[in-house]
Amino acid sequence: MTELSKSGAAVGEPTSTSPAPTSFLEVRDLKVHFPTDDGLVKSVDGLSFKLEKGKTLGIVGESGSGKSVTSLGIMGLHTAGQYGKRKAQISGEIWLDGTELLSADPDEVRKLRGREMSMIFQDPLSALHPYYTIGQQIVEAYRIHHDVDKKTAKRRAVEMLDRVGIPQPDKRVDNYPHEFSGGMRQRAMIAMSLVNNPELLIADEPTTALDVTVQAQILDLIRDLQKEFGSAVIIITHDLGVVAELADDILVMYGGRCVERGPAEKVFYEPRHPYTWGLLGSMPRLDREQQERLIPVKGSPPSLINIPSGCAFNPRCPYADIPKDNVTRTVRPELTEVGSQHWAACHLTPEQRERIWTEEIAPKL
Amino acid sequence: MTTPAKSEGAAAVKDGVAPGETLLKVTGLQKHFPIKKGLLQRQVGAVRAVDGIDFEVRSGETLGVVGESGCGKSTMGRLITRLLEPTAGSIEFEGRDITHLGVGGMRPMRRDVQMIFQDPYSSLNPRHTIGTIIGAPFRLQGVEPEGGVKKEVQRLLSVVGLNPEHYNRYPHEFSGGQRQRIGIARALALKPKLVVADEPVSALDVSIQAQVVNLMDDLQEELGLTYVIIAHDLSVVRHVSDRIAVMYLGKIVELADRDSLYRAPMHPYTKALMSAVPIPDPRRRSAKSERILLKGDVPSPISPPSGCRFHTRCWKATEICRTTEPKLVELKPGQQVACHHPENFADQAPQDTVLLTAAKEAAELVSDEILAESAETSAAVAAEVAEHDAEATPKEPAEQAPAADSGNPETDAEK
Repeated sequence: MTELSKSGAAVGEPTSTSPAPTSFLEVRDLKVHFPTDDGLVKSVDGLSFKLEKGKTLGIVGESGSGKSVTSLGIMGLHTAGQYGKRKAQISGEIWLDGTELLSADPDEVRKLRGREMSMIFQDPLSALHPYYTIGQQIVEAYRIHHDVDKKTAKRRAVEMLDRVGIPQPDKRVDNYPHEFSGGMRQRAMIAMSLVNNPELLIADEPTTALDVTVQAQILDLIRDLQKEFGSAVIIITHDLGVVAELADDILVMYGGRCVERGPAEKVFYEPRHPYTWGLLGSMPRLDREQQERLIPVKGSPPSLINIPSGCAFNPRCPYADIPKDNVTRTVRPELTEVGSQHWAACHLTPEQRERIWTEEIAPKL
Repeated sequence: MTTPAKSEGAAAVKDGVAPGETLLKVTGLQKHFPIKKGLLQRQVGAVRAVDGIDFEVRSGETLGVVGESGCGKSTMGRLITRLLEPTAGSIEFEGRDITHLGVGGMRPMRRDVQMIFQDPYSSLNPRHTIGTIIGAPFRLQGVEPEGGVKKEVQRLLSVVGLNPEHYNRYPHEFSGGQRQRIGIARALALKPKLVVADEPVSALDVSIQAQVVNLMDDLQEELGLTYVIIAHDLSVVRHVSDRIAVMYLGKIVELADRDSLYRAPMHPYTKALMSAVPIPDPRRRSAKSERILLKGDVPSPISPPSGCRFHTRCWKATEICRTTEPKLVELKPGQQVACHHPENFADQAPQDTVLLTAAKEAAELVSDEILAESAETSAAVAAEVAEHDAEATPKEPAEQAPAADSGNPETDAEK
């Protein structure tokens, strides 16, 4: 294994006034807004969370809830890949191992990207370059961060391909992406993102494009590799089954904000936000007796240009009229602690939520 | 025959097949897509997308078809709606052979067989209003609904839960879930008997998925529809289907009632497929040993493996699996399986016990508990069957698979 010299030591004191956090990764009040002709798209609108090494955070939400934008924000890919005149407006703080990424020098962040933090994308075919062999692409990723000759780097690439379970890695290393099947491409992507032993791995819908049997293989692989490398993992998905498999903590996003966050068991067994209830009720489940009917969330997800005032979920929430004074439509609920390490943003009182969950929702699931 | 008689109208005779009887019968259906190469475009091979499948769809039921990508399930859907020309085999709809009907010959049938597509973005013409889109079937079929096309379209819109006033809007003004509702309204316009839905909810968000599943459920009840639902999501398929066909590399490997299939799958592939579905329950995570991981990838349908197509990845494969293709036979009432060594049932080729090398490798990925459990259930069923056979007078011993008709006093497949 290669030794990692932490570049964090080279960075001076943070310019921000707030103190550096103790967690490995801490995101504070992250906002990512995109100006468009139709208005400002508030993809992520005030998101905070922490993640320790060796732990997995699952971010769940529907399309357009801001999951992927968050991950690209952490990787610093919104500013890096700009080609248009309009840039994403990003504010907040992202602390990775003592370094604040948003105010850091882009060159500094580039050194971290791929080495301290790396990413697995949803669609491996479009994330791999069709013109280069798998081996060349892994070698490139390795040599950017390590001063080694090509031969050594290639040996490392073969080693990684072998580790992620690609048969005959010494031959397959010279194949092009199109010669790989979907599952193998995803394995190759994982090999590439782990080649530098990153401490933070972000997997954005890593199995959505794959069949269930292949998905099971990949989830297994991610779990084993995490145990082996002890990295922090963020897994982004819309599939509650996948997060239940992998995540220690779950963060549920809706309309660019976090509506509920807590340990996986809490979020599944004592969810405290009506949207989480809706997600759980919408899902047909193989591990239960046949449900008579699914309980969908009515309506559709909000437009990010026109996020409903008050609680973003209020137009779809069956309980929006319970709190007094129309507060759900005027005041945005803040995350409040509802249990140990468990937060939810809802205007209903904890007692009301407890009652609705145990009496109305849980029996029907 | 190109223009159907106008007089028949939308409310054409709606019966024909009583509920529970065979509406669609498929025998030996094949579709091979030729692979051509070179200057002369000579055929050098074929993708055997669908390679000999037999099944029936009964009126009023929902048949679910599951399988991984490339197993031929979508091709099958396009064959039974005759969007593709079959290579061999036959398709009978209401007792009439429609296998090789031409475009004109199919046109009257199109009223009875409709399709819902996967992608609600590409299946609606962006330059037509939804009024035009949903009204198109009436124009094409020359049908004049009672009260005019516009009124009927607005009625359909309210049936699928959209605002009838949105008649003049364009598809881009609707969300994914709403567009899928438009697709459903279009499919229902001519009051079809059979609706083939190819991945109707897989492009939708979870909360919207549930809305569309419930809508399809309600419509089936109200209109007495028969569905063939093709999907890769096993939880969704279980929720909507009465019977389920599991496909692997162009073949049906298991066809059974929903409950039998999910309670006691017989084909090892079905078992592996179901165990692979992630369970949304963090407490089950420790029960990882329940999962059967399959080795490698699905082989290419250009040259599928000999014998049983699953033998290259199966942990129970023996010599017979490599040489002889298992037939789809009814082992339990309402449960057809194509396997020599089924799970949860007596072994069909007990003399063959030596595992293939590939099977030994595959078995390493399967936990010991599962192997033990499967051996146990198989042995228990075998004993039960033997007992039963000893008591009952043996009937038709020649053709019948040893256990095809026994084990359960109810021989009727339907309950």
